[in-house]
Amino acid sequence: MSTDRFQAPDYYQLDELYTDEQKLIRDTVREYAKANISPIIEDFAQKSEYPKQLIPGLAEIGAFGPYIPEQYGGAGLDQITYGLIMQELERVDSGIRSAASVQSSLVMYPIWKYGSEEQRMKYLPKLAKGEMIGCFGLTEPDHGSNPSGMITNFKDNGDHYLLNGAKMWITNSPIADVAVVWAKNEEGRIHGLLVEKGMEGFTAPETKGKWSLRASITGELVFDNVKVPKENLLPGRSGLGAPLSCLDSARYGIAWGAIGAAMDCYDSALRYSKERIQFDRPIASFQLVQKKLAEMITEITKAQLLTWRLGVLRDEGKATTAQISMAKRNNVEMALKIAREARQIHGGMGITGEYSIMRHMMNLESVVTYEGTHDIHLLITGMDITGIPSFRNDGK
Amino acid sequence: MKILVCISKAPDTTAKIAFTDNNTAFDTNGVQFIVNPYDEWYALVRGLELKEQNGGSVTVVNVGLAENEPIIRKALAIGADEAVRINVNPTDALQTAKEIVAFAKAEGFDMVLLGKETIDYNGSQLGGMIAELMDMPYVSLASKLEMEGTTATIHRDIQGGTEVVEVTAPFVISAAKGMAEARIPNMRGIMAARTKPLKVVEGSGANASTTIANYELPPAKGECHYIDADNAAELIELLHNEAKVI
Ligand SMILES: Cc1cc2nc3c(=O)[nH]c(=O)nc-3n(C[C@H](O)[C@H](O)[C@H](O)COP(=O)(O)OP(=O)(O)OC[C@H]3O[C@@H](n4cnc5c(N)ncnc54)[C@H](O)[C@@H]3O)c2cc1C
Repeated sequence: MSTDRFQAPDYYQLDELYTDEQKLIRDTVREYAKANISPIIEDFAQKSEYPKQLIPGLAEIGAFGPYIPEQYGGAGLDQITYGLIMQELERVDSGIRSAASVQSSLVMYPIWKYGSEEQRMKYLPKLAKGEMIGCFGLTEPDHGSNPSGMITNFKDNGDHYLLNGAKMWITNSPIADVAVVWAKNEEGRIHGLLVEKGMEGFTAPETKGKWSLRASITGELVFDNVKVPKENLLPGRSGLGAPLSCLDSARYGIAWGAIGAAMDCYDSALRYSKERIQFDRPIASFQLVQKKLAEMITEITKAQLLTWRLGVLRDEGKATTAQISMAKRNNVEMALKIAREARQIHGGMGITGEYSIMRHMMNLESVVTYEGTHDIHLLITGMDITGIPSFRNDGK
Repeated sequence: MKILVCISKAPDTTAKIAFTDNNTAFDTNGVQFIVNPYDEWYALVRGLELKEQNGGSVTVVNVGLAENEPIIRKALAIGADEAVRINVNPTDALQTAKEIVAFAKAEGFDMVLLGKETIDYNGSQLGGMIAELMDMPYVSLASKLEMEGTTATIHRDIQGGTEVVEVTAPFVISAAKGMAEARIPNMRGIMAARTKPLKVVEGSGANASTTIANYELPPAKGECHYIDADNAAELIELLHNEAKVI
């Protein structure tokens, strides 16, 4: 890939709304990403490989659990800063952001919120340093949008739990040292269990042949009579609300991340359109191209404002699941549309690895599906404003 | 080893350059500021490396108003131990140098490091002025700096080769490319920077000796003429009659 010449658009001077420290951290992550991720990411995506060598550096810039309190190895930062870190990582690649999201929001968050003090001390500092990698197992082969129907389950076997079932589409599963697994107990209530690599009967095969998030590793989690020590159950919370609260945190980060991908596509399209000459003129001088660019910056600016406000609400502890859901849906679709338009502006060059556009576009096809599909988020908003859930049409 | 690094603020390299007040002032509207790269990447980082090898401390100093604090915090996040901001908005190099010296003179620094120039004004004056006012030797455009006790060995890139200079501390050195590898702050550094001292001192009242009459932008780039590779005669004709360069 050619040199990363990214310049962040800030049409409504949102920088004035951020603190100096928030900007310093954002700019640091941007600088880190330009220097360390941009030069290698295309190659790893083409090879369909997660660039594991980035893990220590990502930990150093605070990408793993930045809002986790310092006593557990985190940085104790606010939610807006977390969002800005996700934005800068996804600006380069959604796969890198996905790995950081999972580690932060889906692994560290539940251990911090619902774990015992021993569990926190055992896992969080290592996860923050990237010395341990975690994954989050909720989705199953037959239960994606409807996780409450999950069949993965555990039985109380006296001195341990016996875990059986399978999870699918799990980011980081093949390289994870610890998996936060959601499973039902004998009464059918959902609990979180910490399953460690190497436990007998536990395997995590890789899912091959993805055309999206190729620089992120995805796999299954298979539990065949796995004996899980009783102290590995997350004691703080049970029921579907427990995993869903983790999704709130991750979706919040995705809302920011998607802006990053959109900004990169827009920035690249703007630059390309000024440099590319056709009919003796830069293509940026044609009205149809300007329309695309003008719509892009408008949508990015709206998303930036929406997400900044969501960040403020989240820092005040007031952001609702439905508000987070709206931002995730809006921003990912916005980014996906911008990626497609930006690809057109790049003409044939847009399909090559010379530019990041096609990679962003393919990545975003996962992002629009995981953490609640676009349509499921519409139903969440629909339920929130009408008071009528419409996830099922059988009256149950 | 007590090291002073002078840092200045510069517009980001991608900033749009424009002027206000009848072309007598730089228009800062919408401009992002960064630590002047020569100060940050080379002078500061080499200062930190020397401290890491030999012990001591690194102080950064900036002459400027409170709006400069973000760039000072960045220097602290990269690893400086403490910072001093001299609360004056300087308008030329001599004023800046006098203010830095008024603060630094009594502090007993073993060396003063700074970038070879700022990327906005490209003045390259400050190092020489500080050295003169502190009565210290000055080595400019250093691309390598090694310390052995109190003796520094300095490499300077000169026409066709390298000049190696030795000097005994205290001294002033301006840093050029090659002196160190830029460092990106890490989260621990950023968190530590929150509590590191950033002292604000009032200026000594030094005045500027020059005033800016006005700024001018370079002429806009001319249109590019493409000439067929087979048509050398046309190229010669244009260079001779139109560009009048041959
Ligand atoms: C790359 C990648 C990484 C992932 N990482 C993780 C992970 O780390 N951990 C994890 O637990 N999961 C992960 N997932 C799983 C992801 O969350 C699910 O794919 C997602 O929830 C959708 O589930 P599904 O694929 O089973 O689709 P389905 O639920 O089968 O949906 C298929 C289609 O039907 C629509 N649909 C479903 N129900 C309704 C309804 N009631 N009304 C209208 N439309 C409906 C959906 O919107 C969608 O368009 C990942 C997925 C991908 C692709």
